[in-house]
Amino acid sequence: MFRATLKSLLARKVRLILSGLAVVLGVMFVSGAFVLTDTLGRSFDSVFADGFSEIDVNVAAKPKVQVNEMEGEQTVAPLPAALVDRVKQVPGAASATGVVNADGARVIGSNGKVVTSFGPPQLGENWTGESELLQLREGRAPQAEDEIVINKALATAAKVQVGQKVGVLTAFESKKRDFTLVGVFGYSGDRDSIGGVNEVFFTTPVAQRLMLGEPDVFSSITVQAADGVSDEKLRDDVARTLGADFEVKTGEQVAADASASLKEGLSFFNKILLGFAAVALLVGTFLILNTFSIIVAQRTRELALMRAIGASGRQIIGSVVLEAIAVGLIASVLGLAAGIGVGALLAFLFGKLAGGLTLAGIGVPAAAVIGSFGVGLVITVVAALLPALRASRIPPIAAMQDVATPDRPLTKVTVAGSLVTGVGAVLLFLGLSGNAGGQTLATILGGVLFAFIGVALLTPLISRPVVSLLGAIFSWSVPGKLGRLNSGRNPRRTAITAAALMVGIALVTGVTVILDSAKGSISALAKDTIKAELVIAGQQGGPRPPTFDPGVLDRAKALPGVRMVDGEYGDMGRIDGESTWVAASSDIASLRQIFGAKPTAGDIDRLGPTQMLASSDTATSRGWSVGSTVNVQLTRGEARTYTISGIYESSQLTNPVTLPATAAKDFAIPQPIQGFIQLAPGTRVSDVQPQVEALLADSPEVSVADRDAFIKQQTSSLDGLLTMIQILLALAIVIAVLGIINTLALSVLERTRELGLLRAIGLRRSQTMGMITVEAVVISVFGALLGVVVGTGLGAAVVEALKDEGITDLILPWGQMGVFLGLAAVIGVVAAVLPAVRAARINVLGAIAHD
Amino acid sequence: MTATVGQQAQAAARANDVWKVYGSGEAQVVALRGVSAEFERGRFTAIMGPSGSGKSTLMHCLAGLDSVTRGTVAIGETTVTGLGDAGLTKLRRDKVGFIFQQFNLLPTLTAKENILLPLSIAGRKPDPAWYDTVIDTVGLRDRLDHRPAQLSGGQQQRVACARALVSRPEVIFADEPTGNLDSRSGAEVLNFLRNSVREHGQTIVMVTHDPTAAAYADRVVFLADGEIVSELIEPTAETVLDTMKKLDTPAEVGN
Repeated sequence: MFRATLKSLLARKVRLILSGLAVVLGVMFVSGAFVLTDTLGRSFDSVFADGFSEIDVNVAAKPKVQVNEMEGEQTVAPLPAALVDRVKQVPGAASATGVVNADGARVIGSNGKVVTSFGPPQLGENWTGESELLQLREGRAPQAEDEIVINKALATAAKVQVGQKVGVLTAFESKKRDFTLVGVFGYSGDRDSIGGVNEVFFTTPVAQRLMLGEPDVFSSITVQAADGVSDEKLRDDVARTLGADFEVKTGEQVAADASASLKEGLSFFNKILLGFAAVALLVGTFLILNTFSIIVAQRTRELALMRAIGASGRQIIGSVVLEAIAVGLIASVLGLAAGIGVGALLAFLFGKLAGGLTLAGIGVPAAAVIGSFGVGLVITVVAALLPALRASRIPPIAAMQDVATPDRPLTKVTVAGSLVTGVGAVLLFLGLSGNAGGQTLATILGGVLFAFIGVALLTPLISRPVVSLLGAIFSWSVPGKLGRLNSGRNPRRTAITAAALMVGIALVTGVTVILDSAKGSISALAKDTIKAELVIAGQQGGPRPPTFDPGVLDRAKALPGVRMVDGEYGDMGRIDGESTWVAASSDIASLRQIFGAKPTAGDIDRLGPTQMLASSDTATSRGWSVGSTVNVQLTRGEARTYTISGIYESSQLTNPVTLPATAAKDFAIPQPIQGFIQLAPGTRVSDVQPQVEALLADSPEVSVADRDAFIKQQTSSLDGLLTMIQILLALAIVIAVLGIINTLALSVLERTRELGLLRAIGLRRSQTMGMITVEAVVISVFGALLGVVVGTGLGAAVVEALKDEGITDLILPWGQMGVFLGLAAVIGVVAAVLPAVRAARINVLGAIAHD
Repeated sequence: MTATVGQQAQAAARANDVWKVYGSGEAQVVALRGVSAEFERGRFTAIMGPSGSGKSTLMHCLAGLDSVTRGTVAIGETTVTGLGDAGLTKLRRDKVGFIFQQFNLLPTLTAKENILLPLSIAGRKPDPAWYDTVIDTVGLRDRLDHRPAQLSGGQQQRVACARALVSRPEVIFADEPTGNLDSRSGAEVLNFLRNSVREHGQTIVMVTHDPTAAAYADRVVFLADGEIVSELIEPTAETVLDTMKKLDTPAEVGN
């Protein structure tokens, strides 16, 4: 029995390849995700291990506001310089060095543009000498105030040479300052950077002033242990001496912590990739289910024979499941291998993009292997169970007669479909209305899954009228008519094939509806509300948003025709112990006059140095009213008490909390991120724009644009997101295309005799191909149509649920939907090529004689 | 049918007042009307009748492939009627062999693997002596490693016969075994079936509409309109043909 199964499997390898391919692609996604994140994780480990290799013990202040990887870079508060001497006194410390090391040193390249790092920080540091790790390649150390050295990778990217004047923007000065490049350094092992980090070294006083904002402070103190003193002992001694206000860690600990926080981001990334893998596998499940169903149908006589000569129903189930296991195993192995390749490739690309991250060797984590085989096997076997069950019900008598498989009524499947769709709708409703009790995401995803399966079950019923309607387009020719009839011939088969395509298209459509609605709603709101003709902003190319010189604000205000100028600052702060996004406006009057805020309590037009404004939502949830006092801790400086002096109505454009402009100096980024310029009535935008542009000559990270261009630029990040999702979901669509090819190929095989007959009575080869193509196009357009409808429904439901979040306009992407339907027709034509060629090549005589 | 009274203990298969009705209402078709018959052990019986007479239905019911509307069917000591799927599966493994008109070999397996398939499904080892006997009787020793596609129709049917014989079933049901063969290959297969009855005491029940094929049997049972209408012992092609001609003109049929 076992042998018979394997032999029949081998005999039908071609038809199983396509269904296996679906599993291969899904598994590839799974293992690729694990391999990629594992490789990057270990690469970061080694980067940090390297970067901190020369530190025995590190002393830093406790961060005043903890931020996680998702919220931005952690900025630590500075340490007083005097602390260095205290650390030096600790027995066992051979030396202690004050180090300035902060993100935000941006070098302006020879093309006048800021060199970006796309992720890794751009560190500004104080020169403390060469070491085993860090060596000057050219020139000398910085000695004067206007001298810097930079790492080789940065020098290459900026295209600057030793001896040249180089412009640098620093954490506390977003106005370009010129320095003389006196040296270029590299790292041991002939590396030009560590992990793509850009580094600029100043003399210590300059670094303190420009990177930390005050003299005589350091970011951290690195301590070298004396001979015979272990790092751990030194750490404990230093910690005891300094007290509880400081974080004292060994170099290894610092590296591990830094790496761990990055890995948190990586694991999030991993989950997203696994989500897309799940979609691909869901589509693959449909494909496998269909392939096995068709194979079982085609093997009816063979399976009946098995039953007639004594095989039990269980043995038949076993043989089909065994086949599934074999397919699943082979596909998992291939998928794992392909995933390792893809993961390695992506890691390589990521390394390149991140400015030369030295990759640790490509590894295959256990999770990749377990995940691949688990998912590959389980999916295949689960998908094959239903066909296996059907196979076991084949009566042995079918071996003797042509038992026409009766057209089973669709009642059962339709009832089941309605129920499952209903469950999906209920779950979606619960999830979207926020009644899922903390399991919102799981409930929504479950709802979507149920909705897909339910609609797939309903598809056979829908397929009859819709397919015959779609097919009517082609009915003018005989092959077209035959193709249309063929596609309506087996509603279940057509339905599953189309449903596989539906899933991918529905998700793309749904996401497009949501993002387009979000974009449209925000744009409309911004256009209605923002009363600024010109906006200063830049494209964010890393964790740190672009900033500009606050001096520009005053100078712009002085320009003729300018009525109001506002610079916006922002930071993660802690208010009464809770992390909150805080903002500051250089001109508080802009809140009302530019952003259209409406007061609900108190006064929002003025803000004293110890006063604070809050949005109505924030005030409600935190229980604040005018006159409440709150404790605010910013990234820098001491905690301060503010009194709430006004509350404004919450909108998409308002910040939860607005602090006075004077607070901005304690923000992690103490420079304005955006500037809004309101012109006096009758002033032409084109008159002012060039003048503002001229003011920004020394702030090359930002530019000035009119309001509409700014809104477009701001919402363009959603376009990027949409494109990324579409690319990832394209895989699901590719798998669905494989499904169409598979179904058609198997149908052609099944109808060999019929096709031979048609050819015998005069159907031309081209007409035969036309017939198959029509069948494919009808199925794929049907699938896309379902997808567009289901996706629009899902998207509209989500948009409806997000009404309170400011997504008020439901925007249906008609153009996109048309593209999807057109694309589906193309997909149908492409999918039909191989089966059609095969059908056209059928030997007429052989086919009729074929038994 | 009274010809076999007193031989009940010897019967390999037995039908007792079997009715088979398909459909209901206007579309109702009565395929078998109270058929009672016994098929003796160690004999080769042919069931004949014009098409639509119910001969295939009778065989399907006897073999437990189809359920009966009324009456009972037994194979050996087992009452088939009322058996569940597990019981029927066991019956097919232990007591019944089939030979089909379409040969029904698995194209992916060699001749030898096809022959041993029923045993391997049941998880049994073949009796080597009996296996050798069967192979020699069908004369396929040099073809054992060939796939069905590499064999002629006659050879394929001989493989199918060997497959039915190898598990030594109580009774082999053959459904038009020569229907797809030329006359020479057909004669080979029929000779072989008759020999397995004479030499090895195998019981065979064969459905056919070919008088020449029926002449190889020890006994022929004639069906018309779902009823047994006649019977011949030690038939010849001529006597079978004569009886058939009478059946075509029902008025002349006498019992």
